[in-house]
Amino acid sequence: MAALALSGCTLPSFGAYPGATSGSKSVFHLWQWFSVGAVVIGGFVCLLVLYAVLRYRRKGDNIPKQSQYHIPLELTYTIVPILIVFGLFAATLVVENKETSNPPTKVTINVNAFQWGWKFTYPGTNAFVYGQTTQQPEMVMPVGENVHFNLTSSDVIHGFYVKAFNFSRYALPGVRNEFTFYAEDTGTYFGQCTQLCGLYHALMWFRVKVVTQSQYAAWIATFNNPADEAAAKAAAKTTYEQTSAVVPAKGSTTKFGR
Amino acid sequence: MTDLLDPPVQLPPVHEEVHGHDHEEHHGPTGILKWLTTTDHKIIGLSYTVTSVIMLIIGGIFAEIIRAQLATPNGSLVSLAQYNELFTMHGSVMIYLFAGPFAFGALANIMVPIQIGAPDMAYPRLNALSYWLYLTGAITMLSGFFTAGGAANFGWVAYAPLSNSVNTPGTGADLWIGGLLLTGFSAIFTGVNLCATIFYLRAPGMTMFRMPIFTWNMLVTAILILLAFPVLTAGLIMLYCDRHFGTHIFSVQGGGVPVLWQHIFWFWGHPEVYILALPFFGMATEILAVFSRKPVFGYKGMVFATLTIAALSLGVWAHHMFTTGVVLLPFFSIMSLLIAVPTGIKIFNWIGTMWRGEIWFSTAMLMAIGFVVTFLIGGLTGIYLASPPLDFFTHDTYFVVAHFHSVVMALVLAAMGGLYYWGPKITGYLLNERIGKLQFWFLFIGTQVFTFPQYALGLDGMPRRVAVYPHDPQWKWLNDWSTFGAILIGISTVLFVVNVAVSWKKYPAGDNPWDAQTLEWFTTSPPPHHNFYRLPPIRSERPTWDYNHPEHRSIEHGTDHEVPLEKEPIS
Repeated sequence: MAALALSGCTLPSFGAYPGATSGSKSVFHLWQWFSVGAVVIGGFVCLLVLYAVLRYRRKGDNIPKQSQYHIPLELTYTIVPILIVFGLFAATLVVENKETSNPPTKVTINVNAFQWGWKFTYPGTNAFVYGQTTQQPEMVMPVGENVHFNLTSSDVIHGFYVKAFNFSRYALPGVRNEFTFYAEDTGTYFGQCTQLCGLYHALMWFRVKVVTQSQYAAWIATFNNPADEAAAKAAAKTTYEQTSAVVPAKGSTTKFGR
Repeated sequence: MTDLLDPPVQLPPVHEEVHGHDHEEHHGPTGILKWLTTTDHKIIGLSYTVTSVIMLIIGGIFAEIIRAQLATPNGSLVSLAQYNELFTMHGSVMIYLFAGPFAFGALANIMVPIQIGAPDMAYPRLNALSYWLYLTGAITMLSGFFTAGGAANFGWVAYAPLSNSVNTPGTGADLWIGGLLLTGFSAIFTGVNLCATIFYLRAPGMTMFRMPIFTWNMLVTAILILLAFPVLTAGLIMLYCDRHFGTHIFSVQGGGVPVLWQHIFWFWGHPEVYILALPFFGMATEILAVFSRKPVFGYKGMVFATLTIAALSLGVWAHHMFTTGVVLLPFFSIMSLLIAVPTGIKIFNWIGTMWRGEIWFSTAMLMAIGFVVTFLIGGLTGIYLASPPLDFFTHDTYFVVAHFHSVVMALVLAAMGGLYYWGPKITGYLLNERIGKLQFWFLFIGTQVFTFPQYALGLDGMPRRVAVYPHDPQWKWLNDWSTFGAILIGISTVLFVVNVAVSWKKYPAGDNPWDAQTLEWFTTSPPPHHNFYRLPPIRSERPTWDYNHPEHRSIEHGTDHEVPLEKEPIS
C-alpha cells in the first residue's frame, strides 16, 4: 500500500499539482489514490441510484414486496468500507510521517506573520525579508536541500500556505510551528495567508523564490556588506513606518472601542 | 375506516369530537394573542418554520452578495470590511439560525410528538421559551448590522485572538456572542424536551425499535445537543470575559492559549455538524421509504449507524485543526475516516429502500434523491479532508468551502423535501407539484454548478474569506460559474416562495395524501389540538401502513413470511 501510495505517476492529476517539493509530490500521489477511490466508489453508488431511479419507476398501483432486511448484504457494505478506510489510513500515515518529519538541516528560516504581512529572517546570517499587504515579500530558499522553518505569529492566527508545496500551517501566537521543505524545482511560487486575520486578510501575500544553492549563498552574502546592511535596515524601517501610517492602528476603526 | 379499528373501541366520529373536547382551541385566545401565548408544539413549530425559512432567505441574500462580489477579481460591490461582515453573518445565520432551528425547532418539534403518538412535547412551556429565546437570539445577532462598527466580522468560527476586544472591538461582535448564547440555550432546552418526550411520551406499543427513523435521529440529535451545546455556551462566556472583564483565557499576553478556543469551539462544532445533518438524514429516510412504497431498508442497521455516527462525532473535533500543528494527527484522522463507514451504510440503505420499489417521483422524492447524490459528493470529498496531508493543502481553501456546501446544500434539498412532504400535514394543504419540480431542478443543478467550480478553485489555491483576488484573474471564470450556480439556487428559493403563495389554501391534502407509513399520517391534517382522537395498533415502525395495508406488512428477507404480530395488550 505504501509503495502504491508513492508511485501514482501515471494516474490523472484529478485537479491537483505535483508540487515543487519532495513532500508535495508524495501528497500529490496520495491525492491521486484517494481520488481513484472516490471516483470508483462515487461512480458505483451513482450508478446504483441511477439504476434504481430508472428501473423502479412507478408503473401502476402495485404494492412491491415489503422486504426490509438482507443481513449478508448489510454486513458486506459494513465490512468492505472498514477495510477501505484502513487502507486509506495506512497510506495517509506513510505520507504524513514523511510530511511532518523534521530532519536536521543546515538552513533555517524563521517566518513571522503579522497583520498584514510577513517577515522572513535567516538565523546565523544578516539576511531578512519583510513586506506588508501591497508589497509582496519574496522569501529566498535553496533547492535540493532540507530547509527548516520556524513559523510564529505576532498577533492573530494566520495561515502560511504555498500552493506549489501542497502545504499550509497556522501561524499561532505563542506557538512555534516547525516544518521542513525539500524543494526539488527552482522557480518563484506564490504564497498567501489562508486563515482569516482581519481587514486586509485578502491582501496578505508573499512569494517563495527557490534558487540554486550557489545563488542562495550569493543572496545571503549580499546582506553581509555593512553598508548594504545599514541601507537595507534603513529601507525596511522606512517601509515599516510608512505602511504603519497607512494601515490604521488596531482598534481605531470604530468609535465603540473598549 | 373506523369499523376496521383495532382494538374495537368505538369512538364518536371525528367532527363530534372536535366540538366535544377541544375547549382550549375554542375558548382560548385567538389571533396574535394565541400565537404569543401558545404552548401547542404545532403552533410553536410553525413559528419556528416561518422564522427559520426567513433566516434561510436572509442568509441566502448575503450569499448572493458574496457571490456577486467574487464575480470579478477586483470586485467593488462591498468593501473589505463589509465583506468580512457578510460571510461571517452568512455562515452564522445559516448554521445557527436556519439549519439547526429548522431541523429540531421546526420539523422535529411538530413531527416527533405526532410520530410517537404523544399529545404534545413533554414540557410545553419550555418549548415556548425555546422559541422566544431563538427569536430573541436571532434578532440580537442580526442587530449587529445596525451598530456603528457593523456586525461581527471574525468568521462564524470566531477564532481567538481575532475575536478579542483588541482585534474586534465593535458592539456587533458582542451582539453575535449574545445572540449565539440565546439560541444556544434555546437548542439546549429543545434537546431536553425532545429527549423527555421520546423517552416518556411514546404511545402504548411504540417501543424504541418501532419509532420512525426521523424520531430516532432526533433522539440522537437531542443527545448530541445536550453533550455539545453547553461546551459552546461555556466557551462563549469565556470569550465574553476575555473581551470585557480582563481575563486572559485565550490571549497569550496573559498566559492564555488561543488554540483552546478552537478546541472548545470544535468540540461543539463537529457534533454540531451531525446535529445539523442527522435530522435531515431522518427526513430523507422517511421520504425515500414512503415514495418507494417500501419499508426503510435495514431499519435497525440505520439506527445503529446513526448511533455510531453520533459516538464518533464526539471524537473528531481536531480534524478542523490539523494545520495548527498542535494536535495528534493519526488519532483524529482514523476517527474521522471511520465516520465514512456508518455514513456509507446509510447511503446503501437509502438505495436499498428504493430497490425494487415503486418509485413515485413527487417533489419530496426528487428532493430526497437529490439529497442522496449531493450528500454523496460532499461525503466523498470529506474523506480527503480526514487525511492530514491532504487537509494541509486544501485547508482554508475553496475546496473546503465546496465540501461543506455540498453537504449543507444536500441538507437544504432534504429540508425542502421535508417541507413538501410534511407541509400538507401541518397546514392541511398540498403545495403545487409542478412548481415544486421546477424548484427541485433549479436547486439541484444550481447546487452542482455552484460547488464544482469551487472544488477546482480550492485545488488551484484560492483561499476562503477573501474579497478580492487581483493576482489571480484566471480564477474569474470558475468564480463566475459558481456565481451562476448561486443565482440558480436563488431562483429556486424564489420559486418556493411563489409556490407557497400560489398554492395558498388551494389543494386540500386529506389525512394521508402520500399513502405514508408512520403515525403522523393517521391523524387529521392539520392534527387537532392534542394530535389524536384515536390510534391504530402499533405493531411495527409503520403503524399507519399496517393499518391501511394489513396484507402488506414487512417481510423478512428470504422467508416470504410477514414479520409476525407480537401479542401484547393495547391500552
